[in-house]
Amino acid sequence: MLAAIIPTTTYYLVLASVLFAIGATGLLIRRNPLVMFMCIELMLNAVNLTFVAFAIRFGNIDGQTAVFFVLVVAAAEVVVGLGIIISILRRRPGATADDLAELRG
Amino acid sequence: MELLVFVLSSAMVLVGALGVIAVRNPVHAALSLVLTLFGVAVHFVSLEAHFLAAVQVIVYAGAIVVLFLFVIMLLGVDKAENLQIEPFPVQRWLAGIVGLGLSGLLIATIVRGRDTLAENEPLPASGDDNIRALARNLFSDHVFAFEFTSVLLIVAVAGTVLLTRKTSPAEKAAAAEHAARLKTSQGQKAEL
Repeated sequence: MLAAIIPTTTYYLVLASVLFAIGATGLLIRRNPLVMFMCIELMLNAVNLTFVAFAIRFGNIDGQTAVFFVLVVAAAEVVVGLGIIISILRRRPGATADDLAELRG
Repeated sequence: MELLVFVLSSAMVLVGALGVIAVRNPVHAALSLVLTLFGVAVHFVSLEAHFLAAVQVIVYAGAIVVLFLFVIMLLGVDKAENLQIEPFPVQRWLAGIVGLGLSGLLIATIVRGRDTLAENEPLPASGDDNIRALARNLFSDHVFAFEFTSVLLIVAVAGTVLLTRKTSPAEKAAAAEHAARLKTSQGQKAEL
């Protein structure tokens, strides 16, 4: 009986919303800038999952194209963000996000 | 069968995500992120997005996580973080409430709108032409956006090189000299 249930779009949307909420919570509670970046990746993946679920649901490939662009932008964002983190942590080792409240170097 | 795949890969996704936010060591968090990304890739396969599943594994798990691990090793921040320290006392509770509220609201919205989704019959699987359809869409309707992503990547690479460049001693001396000159000129102005 259980095997007859086929996961519908709603299942994927619920999973994606839980994943997004976990990512948002992690972004709020973690203080290591690198782990905060990983939480942003989690949130981006949740959104990608909804894009693909809707793309297959409505038979429109545009959703998958959007995911492709999200991947590219995420890669660029990680490169720039990690560059910023390197230049900050080189100046003051062990800095957390709370130590970076001022823009002064 | 589909339900089994869904449940198993969802468990991978959620365990990995909880690992990212709960593990103390950044290296372990990065490895949990790999677990989540693989779970999402399995979901992509079961949603007939074969190309995106491959790209997910290659770009995310292969490039982005490796970049994370590389930076962790480069900076030597792979020691465990003490999660007991809380600069703002209620931050963790508030974050938990925000997370629960966010997921609750989103799920409530989805469940309420479920009938709208169920109205249409599920479309037949597109079969093996996923890559062809994606390529046709990407290079016809979105070709300008595609070209602009190349500009974005160039800008990101150039910006990162500029950000992480170490200043050479000659440049540092020039900057110090400039600062000193600025200070003396300001002092002269103050005297006047």
